[in-house]
Amino acid sequence: MMQTAPEHAHHAHHEPGFWGKYIFSTDHKMIGKQFLWVSLFMMIVGGGLAMIVRSQLAWPNQPVPGLGWINDGVYIIDGVLSPAFYNTAFTMHATIMIFFVVMPILIGSFGNFLIPLMIGARDMAFPVLNMLSFWFALLAGLIMLSGFLVPGGHAAAGWTSYPPLSAVPAYTGVDWGQNLWVISLIVLGISSLMGSINYITTIINMRAPGMTWFRLPLVIWSLFITAILLLLALPVLTSALGMLLLDRLAGTSFFLPEGGGQPLLWQHLFWFFGHPEVYIMILPAMGVASDVLSTFARKPIFGYKAMAFSMIGIAFLGWLVWGHHMFQSGMNPALGMSFMISTMVIGVPSAIKVFNWLGTLWGGQIHFTTPMLNALAFVAMFLIGGLSGVYMASTPVDVFIHDTYFIVAHIHYVLFGGSIFAMFAAIYYWFPKMFGKMMNETLGKVHFWLTFAAFNLTFFPMHIIGVGGHMRRIANPPYYDFIKPIQHWNVIITYGAFMLGAAQIVFAINFFLSLARGRRAEQNPWHANTLEWVSPTPGIHGNWPGDLPTVYRGPYEYSSPEIPEESVDYLPQNRNLGTALAGGAHH
Amino acid sequence: MLSWLPENVSTYGGDVDFIFNVIYWITTISCVGVLAAMLWFVIRYRARPGGRAVYTHGNVTLEIIWTIVPTAVFVMIGVMSGSVWSAMKQEIPDTSLVVRVQGSQFNWQMTYPGLDGRFGTPDDYSQENLMRAPVGRPVKLILTAKDVIHSFFVPQMRLKQDALPGREILAWFEATKEGSYEIPCAELCGFGHSQMKGELRVLSQADFDAWVLEKKAFPQEMQGQ
Repeated sequence: MMQTAPEHAHHAHHEPGFWGKYIFSTDHKMIGKQFLWVSLFMMIVGGGLAMIVRSQLAWPNQPVPGLGWINDGVYIIDGVLSPAFYNTAFTMHATIMIFFVVMPILIGSFGNFLIPLMIGARDMAFPVLNMLSFWFALLAGLIMLSGFLVPGGHAAAGWTSYPPLSAVPAYTGVDWGQNLWVISLIVLGISSLMGSINYITTIINMRAPGMTWFRLPLVIWSLFITAILLLLALPVLTSALGMLLLDRLAGTSFFLPEGGGQPLLWQHLFWFFGHPEVYIMILPAMGVASDVLSTFARKPIFGYKAMAFSMIGIAFLGWLVWGHHMFQSGMNPALGMSFMISTMVIGVPSAIKVFNWLGTLWGGQIHFTTPMLNALAFVAMFLIGGLSGVYMASTPVDVFIHDTYFIVAHIHYVLFGGSIFAMFAAIYYWFPKMFGKMMNETLGKVHFWLTFAAFNLTFFPMHIIGVGGHMRRIANPPYYDFIKPIQHWNVIITYGAFMLGAAQIVFAINFFLSLARGRRAEQNPWHANTLEWVSPTPGIHGNWPGDLPTVYRGPYEYSSPEIPEESVDYLPQNRNLGTALAGGAHH
Repeated sequence: MLSWLPENVSTYGGDVDFIFNVIYWITTISCVGVLAAMLWFVIRYRARPGGRAVYTHGNVTLEIIWTIVPTAVFVMIGVMSGSVWSAMKQEIPDTSLVVRVQGSQFNWQMTYPGLDGRFGTPDDYSQENLMRAPVGRPVKLILTAKDVIHSFFVPQMRLKQDALPGREILAWFEATKEGSYEIPCAELCGFGHSQMKGELRVLSQADFDAWVLEKKAFPQEMQGQ
């Protein structure tokens, strides 16, 4: 090291200082943590908005508990939401949860953190691009939050922002809020493109010696397929957003019929992105659940190749089903039949995955750690969410339940019951790797059971009110005579939602308490096989102190008869047993 | 669960509810079956001191079974649904009872063709948020929107269809029971979305005829048809 250099130059060029290490980091592990911090903060915002929405639905036009002191004269008057602000609240709840919580945690955070560690690489293929990806995401988040501050209020046309409602300020009264919403998502799209190119390149080119495609952990498979979907789907959304912005600001009429445009064009573009987007949010969750289930059942994943190929199948079929969001849109009903069949078919790979997870549990030695409980909840809740999708896939049934709470129940069983439970599984599972400390198991279990109970109390009754015909996105349910007899469910759901929100305080306490004074994590606390547990904790720049690890086998060799020691039930991917399997060493 | 469905009062609603029932039983039995198996495995195969998990990578026969069975079930549901869908959305019955419905922020405007039987002439008869229809006869709707997208929803009729600005979209129903039914807007249409509500009043043929005669909503020769 050049000790003769001036002190500041030394910091800038060799040992990264505070700014280089924590802020402008190009280390994938730090970028993964940055995504996690920002997304957990956004989760508080998105969750808070959900509480406001639920309060309004249970007690329409009553002050939101705790917000009685707010009176801005327009949006919230003595704690009572205006219908316009109610629309903003659910629009921003969905936007933030989808784009700034689920995607950046599962893909931005765990994708970044895990890919180089689990494939045995020193970092991402393009570390600077990786840093830029985070900074564009943060910028997008700031733009999105700034929309709350502009005159006219934030976007209020739903997260799907169908024009003409979203395209003409006079229709909602929202002016720059909607513009900022569009700009933020365009910026976020750039961030995701940079990330996805990086993930794809890294996984194709930088696997350690011996790490063949079918020795990749399923979480890496899932992130690889997700990155391909992102790369292909996001430009479609970005184009549509650009057209929407031009319609709003430059007087074009892509989506406005009075200028010769076509409102349905937006829906086709949006859902051509939007349906792959649904799988973008669930595939990494499936990958996480597969790894966690196998580790804590102490058993190889059942049907590894079926798992990988079913994800490829989902990724392919995901492009052929967007029309099922549009059965009642006025799209030619003849198309309904073909989109219904493709949608029914895409249920098959999901079913295959559920059965293989069951197969993984069969004959296992199941350890009920907090990550395992969350992964088991993922399977059960994803099952319910998948099966409720069959109702929407059937076109005649969809006529009735489209745009009702049945669909709200479905999306939350898949996105919360699925993606968020898997996200919690991932945080509890990889926290020791990320921060070198164990999370508290007791608090973890309290958090899990409270969340699990409150989740079902909140979202299961939504199926019932959906079957009752309760529309989504209405601010005042008892205004309709046919909803009055089911309004009491709205009160129950709201209590469930408040409980669900409160349960997350336990998570926050556990997270920060463990960070500050958690038990020091062992190198491989879960006795797992994958390479991230070989790399030193706390992490070092470049991940591997000496040579890259050599991989001798797949990631799920738990309880293998090849293991020499009787008391050991795991076989790390890089452990050399000195047998003929060592062929990968010369890669 | 299905007892929560609003009463069905349309001719095709019975077929919709039948498929709803079929899917309900298939999904409920699958769900309970899988959850029960999962619970059993989780209890039966909980970790025990000195225990060792079964070392297996899968089973091809099982993979084939649980690929083919769901495919067959899903395709069967799809085929069953197809014919009902066609009847609801594609095979619109030939009827002289045609009503134009225009959604706007935040009202439904119903327009009847008047004595000349044609829309767009001065004798058209319009009414806001109230549609009258006779029981037992198909009614065809021409849906449009003035400003943003709205969605014409009559829960008891099992009818929902978006209304788009710049497009004319056809829908139909045939009521099986007299009564008054709400017509909410099912597609977010702005800050007044939750207050957008019309009424569909299904009348006996005699009451409907009397109304048509009084308001000159349809040509006189249609009386009693």
